[in-house]
Amino acid sequence: MADTTTLSAARPHGAPTSLPSPSPVSALSPVSPLAHEAGRLAAATRTSGGAIRLAELPFLTQLDVRLDSKGAAADAIGLALDLPLPLAPNTVVRAGRSVALWLGPDEWLLVGPPGSERDLESRIREAAGDEPVSVTDVSAQRTTLLVTGPRARDLLAHGCALDLHPRAFGPGRCAQTTLGRTQVVLVARDEPRAGFWVLVRSSFAGYLTDWLLDAATEYMG
Amino acid sequence: MLLIPCPWCGPRDEAEFHYGGQAHVPYPQNPSALTDEEWARYLFFRDNPKGPFAERWNHGAGCRRWFNAVRDTGTNEILAVYRAGEEPPAIEETRRAATPNPVSAVTSPRVTPSATGEPRTASSAPPALEDEAPSGPTGGLGAEPPEHSGRGGAGEESQPFRHPTRGRVNRDAPLAFTFDGTEYQGYEGDTLASALLANGIIHTGTSIRLGRPRGIFSAGPEEPNAVIQIEAPFPEPMLPATTVELYDGLAATGLPGQGRLATTPDPARYDAVHAHCDLLIVGAGPAGLAAAAAAARTGARVILADDRPEPGGSLLGTAEHLDWVEATSAHLDAAPDVRVLPRTTVFGYYDDNHLLAVERRTNHLGAAAPENVSRERVWRIRARRVVLATGAHERSLAFADNDRPGVMLAASARTYVNRHGVLPGRRAVVFTTNDSAYAAALDLTAAGVDVTAIVDTRPYPGEWAERARAAGIEVLAGHAVVGTEGTVEGTSEGDPRLTAVTVALYEGEPTEAGRTAGQREFAADLLLVSGGWNPVAQLFSQAGGKLRYDDALGAFVPDTCRQAVEVAGSAAGAMDLPSVLAQGVGAASRALAAEGYAPEAPRLPVPDPAARPHTPPMHVYAIPDASDTRSFVDLQRDVSVDDLARATGAGMRSVEHTKRYTTAGTANDQGKTSGLLAGGIVAALLGVDISALGTTTFRPPYTPVSFATLAGRDRGALHDPIRTTALHAWHVEQGALFENVGQWKRPWYYPLPGEDMETAVLRECAAARDSVAFMDASTLGKIDVQGPDAGVFLDLLYTNMMSTLKVGMIRYGVMCRPDGMVFDDGTVIRLAPDRFLVTTTTGNAAAVLDWMEEWSQTEWPDLRVHCTSVTEQWATVALVGPRSRDVLGSLAPQLAVANADFPFMAWRETPVAGIDARVCRISFSGELAYEINVSPWEARALWEALYEAGAPYGITPYGTETMHVLRAEKGYPIIGQDTDGTVTPQDLGMSWVVSKKKPDFIGKRSYARADAVRPDRKHLVGLLPDDPGTFLPEGTQLVADSVLPAPPVPMLGHVTSSYRSAALGRTFALALIKGGRERVGERLYAPVGDRLVPVTVASPVLYDPEGARRDG
Repeated sequence: MADTTTLSAARPHGAPTSLPSPSPVSALSPVSPLAHEAGRLAAATRTSGGAIRLAELPFLTQLDVRLDSKGAAADAIGLALDLPLPLAPNTVVRAGRSVALWLGPDEWLLVGPPGSERDLESRIREAAGDEPVSVTDVSAQRTTLLVTGPRARDLLAHGCALDLHPRAFGPGRCAQTTLGRTQVVLVARDEPRAGFWVLVRSSFAGYLTDWLLDAATEYMG
Repeated sequence: MLLIPCPWCGPRDEAEFHYGGQAHVPYPQNPSALTDEEWARYLFFRDNPKGPFAERWNHGAGCRRWFNAVRDTGTNEILAVYRAGEEPPAIEETRRAATPNPVSAVTSPRVTPSATGEPRTASSAPPALEDEAPSGPTGGLGAEPPEHSGRGGAGEESQPFRHPTRGRVNRDAPLAFTFDGTEYQGYEGDTLASALLANGIIHTGTSIRLGRPRGIFSAGPEEPNAVIQIEAPFPEPMLPATTVELYDGLAATGLPGQGRLATTPDPARYDAVHAHCDLLIVGAGPAGLAAAAAAARTGARVILADDRPEPGGSLLGTAEHLDWVEATSAHLDAAPDVRVLPRTTVFGYYDDNHLLAVERRTNHLGAAAPENVSRERVWRIRARRVVLATGAHERSLAFADNDRPGVMLAASARTYVNRHGVLPGRRAVVFTTNDSAYAAALDLTAAGVDVTAIVDTRPYPGEWAERARAAGIEVLAGHAVVGTEGTVEGTSEGDPRLTAVTVALYEGEPTEAGRTAGQREFAADLLLVSGGWNPVAQLFSQAGGKLRYDDALGAFVPDTCRQAVEVAGSAAGAMDLPSVLAQGVGAASRALAAEGYAPEAPRLPVPDPAARPHTPPMHVYAIPDASDTRSFVDLQRDVSVDDLARATGAGMRSVEHTKRYTTAGTANDQGKTSGLLAGGIVAALLGVDISALGTTTFRPPYTPVSFATLAGRDRGALHDPIRTTALHAWHVEQGALFENVGQWKRPWYYPLPGEDMETAVLRECAAARDSVAFMDASTLGKIDVQGPDAGVFLDLLYTNMMSTLKVGMIRYGVMCRPDGMVFDDGTVIRLAPDRFLVTTTTGNAAAVLDWMEEWSQTEWPDLRVHCTSVTEQWATVALVGPRSRDVLGSLAPQLAVANADFPFMAWRETPVAGIDARVCRISFSGELAYEINVSPWEARALWEALYEAGAPYGITPYGTETMHVLRAEKGYPIIGQDTDGTVTPQDLGMSWVVSKKKPDFIGKRSYARADAVRPDRKHLVGLLPDDPGTFLPEGTQLVADSVLPAPPVPMLGHVTSSYRSAALGRTFALALIKGGRERVGERLYAPVGDRLVPVTVASPVLYDPEGARRDG
């Protein structure tokens, strides 16, 4: 049975060198959630002979925008960004390098090139004026996986209950749903062969990568 | 899987939603004005009607909107959905409005039997004299048995019962296999059963209960007897030999009704795939093929699933119209929107036309199966329309010793002859109650089997009997088989196969006189039995369809169903080929039209009118015998007529009773050949009509599906998602052990070489208390709350006041349920006048966001506030200990770190190690501490900078165990560990967090309930074992006395947390104890093993009660 003596004896008094030394801190560039998986994703793309192409699109700007779709701010923001907010559920609107995804009747996800979040947010707030609008930077909340290639739809069908046939989920469509055992935002890219974006919470990105690579095994070689 | 129509996203799988209880139970305007009873009614009472019920649902995995649905609680039909805040539609209106697709009865029209065309099987044959089976000339009637023909090749020599030319097997592809240790040869295209028969093996094992020899009885998934174990190359138990495709190297053994699970892990891959179609056709027999042909070029998305390797269904067994099968099959393969799934058994029919099927993808390849292809695949099919063309199973008859190897269903024997080119015996007797067995008899005769007699219970069997007589077969009308003989041929351990059949006069109710009078005995090694046909209605029944008894057919047939399904062909009771084909086309055409497609008129074969049945079947189930104990009904469960008689004698009055009493129908064949037979016998025993008795309930799966297949890829590492933080790799590199918190992997502790957990945790705790330590706190839930009414909103959610918090400051808060019980806690940061950042416990992040959405969307939609999860937007590092200020200060030169400049519960934005950060002065340990929040993209850079800057102070990474010890020393509860949904803030000693000023907040009214102010409520207190080294296991009960009284022993409470403390130099615990705060200083006892450990009740705050360490 332990007693106070052993408890005290176990108390170390400053043993800073007992853990391995950290690697020297350098000016590290940002690390995306799937940076360490890039090799596996590229290998799968290669091995499949192009049937499946998988890659992370890191650091995309993502802003969650909430406002009353019937209010004045919606139109004003659409004009200011040259990107009207889609009003039909589960649709997207594209303009230039930016995409607006419908997430809910008063919620959109604006996706843009890396580093544009501050500019985008200030333009939205400026356009909204006094209208209440909520803008939240969620660029790091999710990362984006590109899933494309001739078998992309077959691959996703292993874990996604939605009908991804071009008739039902063609260009211009997006959906929040589950893939495998995690929630995702799926976006059909602008032409059927261009495949999909899969936006996944960063903490689930490793799991989803493992899942996708396992599901893709059949399309390898 | 139900489809729930989200008012915004449309129909989605029910798994995307979660339930929110009864709708239209508004939060009371002024809870404080309610009596306890009224408040309790709001809290605890909800309606529970049968029928339409208005409910709240949340599309949690989709648009996160709360909405209302009217669901019929009896059928689970969603009758209407409407947005939160809208009034429910009137129910009658609802019932109509919610059924845009006809969910009322959609069944196929049944063909009215013509004057001569009595219902009979689809597997009808052309007249025997015109037998032109495409498998080639057969030598015609009376051909010599093949073993004398001299025409067989090497294969035939080794397969004495193989016909030289018949069948669809590939004689150029011989396959070696082993059964019960003996090597045999078969051909590609064989099943294990047909290959065994080709080798003269019909006896495959013994029965489970009585140990009686049993043989191959059928040629399909209905097989009750020939259940085998595959030993190699891939071990698998309890497979019907009749459905196992032969492959080279197959090694199997017969089973006595019970298999063995493999003891080694299953190395194969399994997967699942979702599929959607306009029309799913189940079964590629004549009806299914005709349906698919009608749909093939319409543009509709069609799936045709069939359990065999090739399409054709019963036509493969009758060898009719195989050219049409081939042409149609090619047509379907070339159609772009048609997916043909061979080797695929649809085994479950669920709500909203959701069907599950299992595809056997590589079994038949044996050892050559590619490793990267899943062995079996579950298809999750969502079909707009379904046509079930599942055919019919032949029924057996109960008579004495009807279970000998050599007794076989008539159409199955025909299948072996025509599809596999195998003779199931040399000399056969046929026992039938209907016309269909005559075609089998004629085909067997043509193939060279000596069919000695056809025994027909009908006194006037009619035209088919004449044909049989013309072919030289004796027909015994008005007779029945009353017994069989069997001997062991050859060696003493050899084949206990049928040797003779005893026949007697049958006049409906056979008399003893009749039996002896007309008795004759025939030598035979094969007895073909046909007691009629049962439509395969299992899937229709699973779909919720009702069955009705068809008098003409003598079986239960599909009637009505509220799902969009039709049944076609013999599954619907049509037993002649023209009707079967017409029903297939008709069902597909109606389904296509309903979906807006124009059906085609496909090319159909023209069946020979002579092949139709002529004489109505006779409905016979059991041939009475003095020894009903040997008249078997369920061969797989060894249930006899006598067993059923004992069941009814014991008072069983329904087939559900007798099923459970006798186990009839419960084996893994699920009574496919015996179910109706048992029903007919029970009806006779009870003296009721079988139509009134009904059937037992059909439930998925239609055929057994292995757990490995159902699990798919959701096993091992992929069984449940693993969530990791941006710092996970560092923790792994440092050898951390991990604790699962929800789906998160959190570092538990970081043992140094040679350290056990206790030592490591004491070291980590000491570092935090004495110098500086740091942990990854990124998993805490974070919710951004924005909008002009954000403060008002949080005031309603939290027990304390949040709207008064100043920008730049932080407040701890507690959230409760309306019943006043603690639900979550965390800190609230005010970022701006209209913006807060709420943190939640790690495990509760999703639940808290959901909670916020529910209240804002359903109860307070006018509040201008939005909640957004930002859990992964930020990585959080807790920097803890008296030297934490030094470390932070060295990395944040722009930050004034002095206590006066950066006080407790304040936050600052500043670069830390050159990284933009939000630094919060929060402590969950009582020590001077900071939480540094940065982008997760830069978390590792921050972490390593802290590690380096802290090195002079011995900065130590710590895990969740140390965090728990540190907080427990301060009496900080962990929600979900020290609370269990029955604990109020007051119980935790946190009355200070419950506002007295706010007019209302969630939970407030409940604190005035009599129950909330009971003096004996359990309070959170500290516990100090009298022996400072004694450790109390969590969950330990506490009692008042040092001697246990006689049971029931009054329990005072239990230990919720227990640790060894470096700072206190002893063990301690937290506990919930009745009236605990009034017991501080009291001695209680904790039963641990067989001892009563004395403990003293203490304040929960055991370390630094004056809070001197907080500011460093």
